[in-house]
Amino acid sequence: MRPGGNLERRKLFDRFMLGLLILGSLLVVAPLVLVLGKVFLTGLSALNLAFFVEPYRPLDEGGGGLAHAIVGTLMMNLLALLIGGLLGLAGGILLSEYPDHPVNPFLRVISDLLNGLPALLKGLVIYTLFVIPMGRFTGLAGALALALVMVPIVLRATEGVLKLVPWSVREAGLALGLPRWRVILSLVLPSALPGVITGLMLGFARAAGEAAPLYFTAGGNLNLSFSLGDQVESLALTIYKYAGEPSPVRQEQAWAASLVLTLLVLAAGLLARWATRKR
Amino acid sequence: MNEQRPLTVPPKLEAARAGGLEADLKPRMEAQGLTVYYGKKVGVGNVSMPIYANRVTALIGPSGCGKTTFLRALNRMHDLTPVARVEGKALLDGQDIYAPGVDPVDVRRRIGMVFQKPNPFPTLTIYDNVIAGLKLLGVRRKNVLDEAVERSLQQAALWDEVKDRLRAPGMSLSGGQQQRLCIARALAVQPEVLLMDEPTSALDPISTQSIEDLMSELKKHVTVVIVTHNMQQAARVSDFTGYFLTGELVEFGPTSQVFTMPKDPRTEAYITGRFG
Amino acid sequence: MEPVQTRSIHVSQSPLYRALGDRLFVGAILVLCLLVIGIVLVMGWQLGSAGSEALAAFGFWGFLSGSTWDPVQNIYGAWPFILGTLLTSLGALALAFFPALAVAIFAVEYAPRWLGSALSYALELLASLPSVIYGLWGLFVLVPAVRAVQESVYFWAADYAPFLLPLLGNPIGIGMTSAVLVLAVMIIPFAATLAKDSIALVPAAQREAAYGLGATKWEVIRLAILPYARGGILAGVILALTRALGETMAVVMVIGNSNKLPFTLFGPATTIPSAVINEFGEAQGLQLSSLLALGFILFLISGALNLLAAWIVKRMSVEGRL
Repeated sequence: MRPGGNLERRKLFDRFMLGLLILGSLLVVAPLVLVLGKVFLTGLSALNLAFFVEPYRPLDEGGGGLAHAIVGTLMMNLLALLIGGLLGLAGGILLSEYPDHPVNPFLRVISDLLNGLPALLKGLVIYTLFVIPMGRFTGLAGALALALVMVPIVLRATEGVLKLVPWSVREAGLALGLPRWRVILSLVLPSALPGVITGLMLGFARAAGEAAPLYFTAGGNLNLSFSLGDQVESLALTIYKYAGEPSPVRQEQAWAASLVLTLLVLAAGLLARWATRKR
Repeated sequence: MNEQRPLTVPPKLEAARAGGLEADLKPRMEAQGLTVYYGKKVGVGNVSMPIYANRVTALIGPSGCGKTTFLRALNRMHDLTPVARVEGKALLDGQDIYAPGVDPVDVRRRIGMVFQKPNPFPTLTIYDNVIAGLKLLGVRRKNVLDEAVERSLQQAALWDEVKDRLRAPGMSLSGGQQQRLCIARALAVQPEVLLMDEPTSALDPISTQSIEDLMSELKKHVTVVIVTHNMQQAARVSDFTGYFLTGELVEFGPTSQVFTMPKDPRTEAYITGRFG
Repeated sequence: MEPVQTRSIHVSQSPLYRALGDRLFVGAILVLCLLVIGIVLVMGWQLGSAGSEALAAFGFWGFLSGSTWDPVQNIYGAWPFILGTLLTSLGALALAFFPALAVAIFAVEYAPRWLGSALSYALELLASLPSVIYGLWGLFVLVPAVRAVQESVYFWAADYAPFLLPLLGNPIGIGMTSAVLVLAVMIIPFAATLAKDSIALVPAAQREAAYGLGATKWEVIRLAILPYARGGILAGVILALTRALGETMAVVMVIGNSNKLPFTLFGPATTIPSAVINEFGEAQGLQLSSLLALGFILFLISGALNLLAAWIVKRMSVEGRL
């Protein structure tokens, strides 16, 4: 009989490894707590009404708020949502509803690729395609770059939730004599609506936090502008710029902007949990 | 249900003698009032039976009767299921494996297990699959490992088929060979008891045949408990049979007696194919 | 569903309408999808052609291996940026790998259900916080802390191991160390999530096989779970690496942006993305083309790694193992 004599040592090692695993997990969670803690503590104390309603003012006029960046973020992201949402929805529908379509393998690879490519490159491409020919930065170009950020996120989410809709729903519709496009638009999409909206939210939140692609496309603008033909400011760009400013007022505004973006991300994440849990 | 009907007390040596078997029987394991709960549901209730050394004991019964649940209680596999709870005793060489201070890891080393579907480690070679358990025990010496591999594969009747390709992946074998590899893997740590949970249910008839042929060889080295849904298999390979129905042990005795002169009418109904 | 049904009876009576509707719908969807595919294909081509001036001026390999980047003399070589990108990314990966694997194992194998899903949510959050926020936090919280540690290490080395000083560099906080730390935090969720998913896919039969041999819980993980899940773990590592390579804002805010070789452990350094952000404002002509050529190189590297990761994931799901 072989000795089981090393059992004590093995059990000790088992404990030791569990300890390491817990330690490793704490190492992962700790930075999240530290970052969120700092953003909430500093951001909350810096957040005030002026932040939302006043545009940029020079420091000797009190520094103003970030209304110009909020407006810019909303304008660009809503347009990006329109474009990127449409493209992402189309891709998700093709992958989920026409699983045998010959384009699908390419689309899947391209979507993975687009998801993994740095946002910086998406900005650079729009820069070469639109900004150079037009000769100036515009909010429109910014929106296009953000749309590229959104497409793969919306596409994946849409494909995922549409696949959760049971086939019997589609069969029921087809059996009624409905054409396939009506089945998709009137039966499948509505029953997956919470998930689809969540995907759009996730894409929106992700794009709203992107600064790098806007650097080459929207260009930033300290003045309040409601035109996507102008240069446009965004919250994320503002955080980058203000982080380098020596003025505590500007730094506080950067923290406040961080808090707003964090809340957006938190809300989108919670919504996603809620929408997928219901099934 | 358990309270209403008196339990069939398992006959021990008397039954063995009555069945014409030799008298040198000694129990290797013994279940004493073993009950497994899943949450509040009883999976198998109040089972008492001996498991004789160097014999094959078959556990039969219709699906859902608790035979697998009982088997997994014999090497503390239920410890891994959070909702499962075991009461009663399971003695191995007179010592309760559920007693405080007994380590389930050590129990499972002494009581090996073979599962329904062959489950060799897919990334390991045939050789490394066989010695996986020995390596855990800290055996490192090449000649000891080599010997163990040959011995275990011999006992599992796989040696001749694989001796020239021990470095091939375990997954490259056929289903029946994989199952015998899993048997060899379990034998390599020299367990005292080998639990087999429907080991042929995922195999073709020829592979099934080869595993059944193994049984009479296996029991020379190890005590075998086999769960099967196939009565003929139980009749062919086992020395003792326990019949389970709806979570209780209805009858236990020498296989020849259980199959020819069952004491309980429910056993008879099952044996003669009236249900199950 | 009732109103749909009533309307549909009317609709379905016209075969022409049905056929046309389906064609139009699929056609529209297809056009949009081809647009997505087209954009990505154009991306590579566009970056390459925009950077072609620089690549022509210095030659592809000359541009890659040139270690001088000097706007005054108009000489541009990508090597410092490539080196900086590789060093920071691999450093971050080295730091992130074990914690990521640990949290994946812990969440699936040990944690009760509520804790496991809380950890999943934490990982999602880590992955979705904007890069600039990590940069801001890095700059105001991490860098001062790093500087304090660096200083004590530096002064210790000055007294006892002066030969280390050229390796360490100036203990100013901003630089390679801070960039690697921020990157490590940011890429953990990508490695951890894929590892977690593939660990969860390990069949119960594999676990039981190991338990049945008398393995302790850790031995089950080592013997049965990690080998089985290694494809997904590897894919996660590659994906995390591509994230680190392309990470821009957080790095540019804490790395110090110096392309002067040699890089040191503490001192300022640079990466491809941070160079692009930093110099873009003033860049014209050959310098701008060189920045776009840097982008092209980044596109090639991260594109190739992404495809590799996708291929590994696909093989894993078909084969169950690698």
